[in-house]
Amino acid sequence: MDKVIEISETIKFSIGGSILEISYIIASVLFIFGLKMLSHPETARRGNIWAAVGMGIAVVATILFHKMAGEPIGNIGYIIGAIVLGTVIGWIIAVKVQMTAMPQLVSFFNGMGGASAALIALMEFPHVEQELIAQYGMANGNVLVILLGLMIGSVSFAGSMVAFGKLDGRIGDIKSTALRVINIILLVLLIGFIVYIMSSGATDPRELMPALYVMLAVALIYGVLFVMPIGGADMPVVISLLNSFTGIAAAMGGFLYNNQAMLTGGILVGSAGTILTILMCHAMNRSLFNVIVGAFGKAAAGAGDERGAIREVSLSDAAVLLNYSQRVVIIPGYGLAVAQAQHLAHELDKMLTESGVDVKYAIHPVAGRMPGHMNVLLAEADVPYDKLVEMEDINPDMPNTDVAVVIGANDVVNPAAEEDPSSPIYGMPIVKAHEAKNIIVMKRGMGKGYAAIENNLFYADKTRMLFGNAKESLQKLIEEIKTL
Amino acid sequence: MEGALEFIYINREMIFIVILSIFLGVEVISNVPAVLHTPLMSGANAIHGVVLVGAIIVMGHAEATLTMVLGFLAVVLGTLNVVGGFVVTDRMLEMFKKKQKKK
Repeated sequence: MDKVIEISETIKFSIGGSILEISYIIASVLFIFGLKMLSHPETARRGNIWAAVGMGIAVVATILFHKMAGEPIGNIGYIIGAIVLGTVIGWIIAVKVQMTAMPQLVSFFNGMGGASAALIALMEFPHVEQELIAQYGMANGNVLVILLGLMIGSVSFAGSMVAFGKLDGRIGDIKSTALRVINIILLVLLIGFIVYIMSSGATDPRELMPALYVMLAVALIYGVLFVMPIGGADMPVVISLLNSFTGIAAAMGGFLYNNQAMLTGGILVGSAGTILTILMCHAMNRSLFNVIVGAFGKAAAGAGDERGAIREVSLSDAAVLLNYSQRVVIIPGYGLAVAQAQHLAHELDKMLTESGVDVKYAIHPVAGRMPGHMNVLLAEADVPYDKLVEMEDINPDMPNTDVAVVIGANDVVNPAAEEDPSSPIYGMPIVKAHEAKNIIVMKRGMGKGYAAIENNLFYADKTRMLFGNAKESLQKLIEEIKTL
Repeated sequence: MEGALEFIYINREMIFIVILSIFLGVEVISNVPAVLHTPLMSGANAIHGVVLVGAIIVMGHAEATLTMVLGFLAVVLGTLNVVGGFVVTDRMLEMFKKKQKKK
């Protein structure tokens, strides 16, 4: 019954080979420690550097000591050239980009990793070991990991590029039920290709290259259409998801090359990324399924029942109100980030503080485009750390607040999240701006937020609207306060 | 069936690593404050740039012109992922550091 299959596993020891493996172990440990440290505020920066050092060790050791079938790494000149080119471009982009554009940048780099994984799969496919094929045909482990690497890598690449385009405002949302059906068909098609390629009786993988190219094209289209219907506000979640995809694609390469550094690095990011994605969904009180299917925006705005009228406030009134208050809370949202008005917000805060007003910032965990994004932006504008107050800590003080200044925020201050069970955002934690004695809302127009729902806060009796671009409004407001 | 079993047997160590790494990834990430979600995502993004190692291996054994070109591209893109990822993360975290000094 128990048939014995002989598997020849010759172990050839060489000094270089063992240095390589030791380097990979060190790199893996550094990745793990780096990731762990990245999840604590005090150690985060060191953690990032540790992970980078691990990466450096893995790369250098590979170039110096990697051998495949006894052959050392060739084309060293080209490899180093490519690394230098990639480093220069990556560094310049990373340093030059505005802090507000951070999320799309992460998406862009993620896409690059996905593309790299897909390219590796594309090149390795024709070179699957003949022995393996002779023994098992195309249905062997190497072919499977190559195909999975190709599929996941290209989906991640195409998806990341669309996410990048959306966050950059170059691509809009397309919502249709037809798209959902097409996506399911494409996914089935992709799995069909894997089954087809693996079950074909081909003896030379090169015969299957046309099928592989078609599969690549389908995967790219799927990546585009997968992200297309997802709303702008959900992009961070999608990027995090695509991030874990790329991790898995990298791990497939690890399987292929029996490479532990690629395997641990890839899987670690794959699983950590998945958990992070779920945590982000929790912060927004949504389920991952909800995000992917795109439930936001579908719910029609509740019937326009008894709403008060919109009341505008003049700049001088706003200036007086702010200047003679005891306690002011600034609630920044993405509008502030888009208008690049974080520096002006800080200036306003400084002026008010000088005239004896107690100014704080209320930070909603998902204000901005990504969790934590607003903290980064305000820190960039030199706002002192102790002025940034987390939502849970400031909410009990809101009733004692004289003026809540909402700058370019909408959904995160929408009282419907607490009051209206039929609202799509019901249950989402909010900054309780509506409990303040007065509310000034700076907004570009009466447009809706990303959840595309009405905000009753704007119609409340104690709310005053200040329409216009956040930067210009703040500028004018500061001028007004100066004249007081 | 036999092929699958044999595949599992030959790669048993790899499968062990995969399973343990999955638990490790979950363990390492839990309890992260929301403030750090963005830098953490960005840092993890840089770590999967380890795909660069694979790109170097392909490029190192490439002979045909097409493979050379694609390999070169794979190395460039992989490096972009690594370097861009780490530098961006560092830039984000720098902001946090600055404000903590002022505390």
